[in-house]
Amino acid sequence: MAQALIELLQTKFADAVQETHAMRGDETVVVDPTRWLEIARCLRDDDQAQMSVLVDLTAVDFPDRDPRFEVVAHFHSLGLGHRLRLKAKVGKPDGSGAQIASLTSLWASANWLERECYDMLGVQFSGHPDLRRILLYPEFEGHPLRKDYPAHRTQPLVPYREAENIEKLPPFGPDEGMPFGRRWRDWVPEEDDADELLGGSKGQH
Amino acid sequence: MGKLKERFLPVIGQAEEEGVFTTRAEDLIAWGQKYSLFAYPFVTACCAMEYMSIASPRYDVARFGAEAPRFSPRQSDLIWIVGTVSQRQAPILKRIYTQIAEPKWVLSFGTCACSGGFYDNYATVPGIDKIIPVDIYIPGCPPRPEAICDGLLLLQDKIQTRDRTPGVVKPRLDPASNPKMGITRLPRGSKGA
Repeated sequence: MAQALIELLQTKFADAVQETHAMRGDETVVVDPTRWLEIARCLRDDDQAQMSVLVDLTAVDFPDRDPRFEVVAHFHSLGLGHRLRLKAKVGKPDGSGAQIASLTSLWASANWLERECYDMLGVQFSGHPDLRRILLYPEFEGHPLRKDYPAHRTQPLVPYREAENIEKLPPFGPDEGMPFGRRWRDWVPEEDDADELLGGSKGQH
Repeated sequence: MGKLKERFLPVIGQAEEEGVFTTRAEDLIAWGQKYSLFAYPFVTACCAMEYMSIASPRYDVARFGAEAPRFSPRQSDLIWIVGTVSQRQAPILKRIYTQIAEPKWVLSFGTCACSGGFYDNYATVPGIDKIIPVDIYIPGCPPRPEAICDGLLLLQDKIQTRDRTPGVVKPRLDPASNPKMGITRLPRGSKGA
């Protein structure tokens, strides 16, 4: 079904389509990023395609490649029932220059999907009405899903408390006082068989 | 009316003979506080499911007096932080905590709130205690309702004795340390616990 889609794109945009594959039932077309909007509009409007839903829009970081990022869009047609994955390679190896057209004018859901892609990977979408961070806060530096973002780097928005031994909190008292070991209170219950299994007196191991 | 008086007469008579019982005002106030905790469930993630289950009739939190959820910090004294707190949520949590009037207690529910849980990344606060002081830690992902009851009872004990050192809820039957449970034998070539 989607094979017809691949053929449609290959006939209409022969110069823009760079490679295609249909591995494991996922029809995928890699296109030239400068023709991104045009191809997406064709997918939405053409009678053979009728891609009414933009399912997802994200990007993948390949730090060893040039271009570095691969923007991936998934489309689905409610009328015809087929799906397609569209990819485009953008970005320089140092992470800058990842520019691609925004699909917000065609599908409204692209608004937040592209904001997330920008927030996590730093891909700029030209023509986006409001491109700013969506999941992280504005003071955050860097793009965390890039492969060169240090995995354990945290940027706390609220500075951590000035407490003693903050990394190894909490400082527990000598008796952590589990309620079922209430022998150190005034009431002392009689010993019974359950006490052995619960760890004897005081309920501690 | 006559029947009612008859039933209670022995009790009234006894009180008159023995007089009233005395206690310290602090103990009485603490008794009142611990059995009437107004909870503010600061719920963010999946642990909310366990909060809901403990608020429901089966694992009842009403029997401990802590059933009334007040969704305003001004009207509550115990804040339950249920679920993961992200870095973006942290200033909100701090603000809510400062808005609660003294005396206030903090109950950290679930491993994400206790220590960051399985998250060790750019987005999650590694434990609520980095931002606000915590009184009770209830680890678990999510914790069993019985563990939450344990935590609440532990908190009630601490309120009664005016103890402010933090406490953590441990499993009642801890297989790692209780050889009688016999679960510590590890298969596949290892030498055992």
